[in-house]
Amino acid sequence: MDANGVNSNSNVLFSTEALEKVNKIIAQYPEGKQKSALIPILHLAQKEFGGWLDVPVMDYIATLLHISSIEVYEVATFYTMFNMQPVGKYVLEVCRTGPCMLKGSDQIIDYIKEKLQINEGETTQDGLFTLKPAECLGACGYAPMMQIGKFYHEHLTKEKVDEIIELCKEAKITVQ
Amino acid sequence: MSQKLLLKNIGVEGIKTFEVFKKYGGYSAVDKALKMSSDEILEEVKASGLKGRGGAGFPTGMKWSFLAKPEGVPRYLVVNADESEPGTFKDRYLMEYIPHILIEGIIISSYCLGANTSYIYIRGEYSWIPDILEHAIQEAKANGYLGKNIKNSGYDLEIYIQRGAGAYVCGEETALLESLEGRRGNPRLKPPFPAVKGLYQCPTVVNNVETISNIGAIINLTGAEYAKLGTGKSLGTKLISACGNINKPGVYEIDFNLSVEEFIYSEEYCGGIPNGKKLKACIPGGASVPILPAKLLLKTANGDTRYMNYESLADGGFISGTAMGSGGFIVLDEDQCVVRHTMTLARFFNHESCGQCTPCREGTGWMYRILKKIEEGRGTTEDIDLLWDIQTKIEGNTICPLGDAASWPVAAAIRHFRDEFEWHINNPECLIKNYGISNYEYV
Ligand SMILES: Cc1cc2nc3c(=O)[nH]c(=O)nc-3n(C[C@H](O)[C@H](O)[C@H](O)COP(=O)(O)O)c2cc1C
Ligand code: SF4
Ligand code: FES
Repeated sequence: MDANGVNSNSNVLFSTEALEKVNKIIAQYPEGKQKSALIPILHLAQKEFGGWLDVPVMDYIATLLHISSIEVYEVATFYTMFNMQPVGKYVLEVCRTGPCMLKGSDQIIDYIKEKLQINEGETTQDGLFTLKPAECLGACGYAPMMQIGKFYHEHLTKEKVDEIIELCKEAKITVQ
Repeated sequence: MSQKLLLKNIGVEGIKTFEVFKKYGGYSAVDKALKMSSDEILEEVKASGLKGRGGAGFPTGMKWSFLAKPEGVPRYLVVNADESEPGTFKDRYLMEYIPHILIEGIIISSYCLGANTSYIYIRGEYSWIPDILEHAIQEAKANGYLGKNIKNSGYDLEIYIQRGAGAYVCGEETALLESLEGRRGNPRLKPPFPAVKGLYQCPTVVNNVETISNIGAIINLTGAEYAKLGTGKSLGTKLISACGNINKPGVYEIDFNLSVEEFIYSEEYCGGIPNGKKLKACIPGGASVPILPAKLLLKTANGDTRYMNYESLADGGFISGTAMGSGGFIVLDEDQCVVRHTMTLARFFNHESCGQCTPCREGTGWMYRILKKIEEGRGTTEDIDLLWDIQTKIEGNTICPLGDAASWPVAAAIRHFRDEFEWHINNPECLIKNYGISNYEYV
């Protein structure tokens, strides 16, 4: 560890393209306020480095932003969208809050559990799917719904879930 | 047909683009505002009577007038697009389908406030929307409405988008600012208020997406004309996002003279309850406002018609009324279980508590677990009293209003549906057959 508490022995590196994005993000904030870029950069890192935030990745971000590692950990662990553990290629985030529940989200979650043989928070053995129950995602009028990657899938039915899972298996779904 | 301000042109092909938006009168308000002084704009906003559309309903003009203006210190406008209150999806609708209405509002508001930088803080899950907003920003810039020396006025403005990462509490304005500064979303103690010490300790106004989207219309119409729409202290129009057991869920722009009954049953709005079911209950303003049983929803305790406006929804206080909140209108039909519904909301608030205050951090967990116990048929009558007791101890004892927001739905559910809670305790098989319409007579 160096004086800032950063593990500098990691070999994690953003691609040149990603680094350009990082600099563009930092430029959105006033001089000296580069810490504001932390959450956007964590999003970018999660996308670039396999869908979750490993300790070396967080340490690397700390060096990039000239902040200590703990400042990155405390933020990364606070927000639900950051995964602190490996996840499947497709994370099925099914909303289960009141309005979605009224429209049958419980049955959709049960159906996915049975179909993929996993429980909430688990990943299928082939590493393709993770089931992650979500709290209201702002799609209550189009319930039941789930988010996979960047996009929402709304008005879910069992048939629609079947279709989506097939598309994922064939890698024919847009997630970014 | 009532007058529409925000969604008037929503059906126009290509309204997402600068070109079409402008053709339909967009950005004319910016042209007009840039010829006015900051004080003149503020007077129009005050005269309009616009109240914040984020949930708390604070008068926007008054909020703007509190902004401190020390020499040489930057000021900021931060747009709250965190939209996470269950039942609420109106800001998403605006940003997704008519993004320029927000950009136009931001330009006028920032100009009035003397802010040269504005941030839109959008909930992380709306991950495809920043692309839409970014595109709109670039279009506005290409047409001289953003950047340096906007339309030769000498005024400069940049708008940036910041994504959150899944935390309801970041909708609370000081938590939002913490998050925007790259920290955990822990709400700040107030005072100081953001108007004095906000983003980077500089004077800051935080306003909701819908609030800012009204500014263009206010400038175009004048504040006085805008204030002629609506009734009492509910002026202008309001977006309602309707969901749950209705035939036509979606986002509607309503006029404050509309009755709740008409909103639910008319074809122009929700289109009634599907499958001929009866209306059981409704949460009219997002998950944190009190739930009302059908009879108190359609008529006040005095037997007057209830309307979709701030005053009428609040008639009776929390004893027999509710609140306009964020306009997230959640309808429950006769097959729905109030206990289960309340349990999901308690789980939501427990999940979203930032953990700073003990009553909220612990209390929301207790409420959730007790509700789960009752829901699963393991409850006792004492549990209902315990629940009631816990919620009274959270309310008013926390740093931010999330604690209150977690207490109110539980309190209202017990207040109006105690019979259903009791029935649940005595009939653990309710997962198969629900209690149905509440028989509890309000006195
Ligand atoms: C827990 C909590 C969550 C909130 N979430 C939001 C939100 O998602 N969007 C919003 O505009 N206001 C939200 N608010 C209200 C904001 O704190 C603030 O009052 C609002 O953004 C002010 O804007 P307005 O005056 O234009 O309504 C929330 C408040 C609390 C306590
Ligand atoms: S009331 Fe809850 S969410 Fe708000 S500051 Fe306290 S613990 Fe955090
Ligand atoms: S309750 Fe599921 S999206 Fe709002």
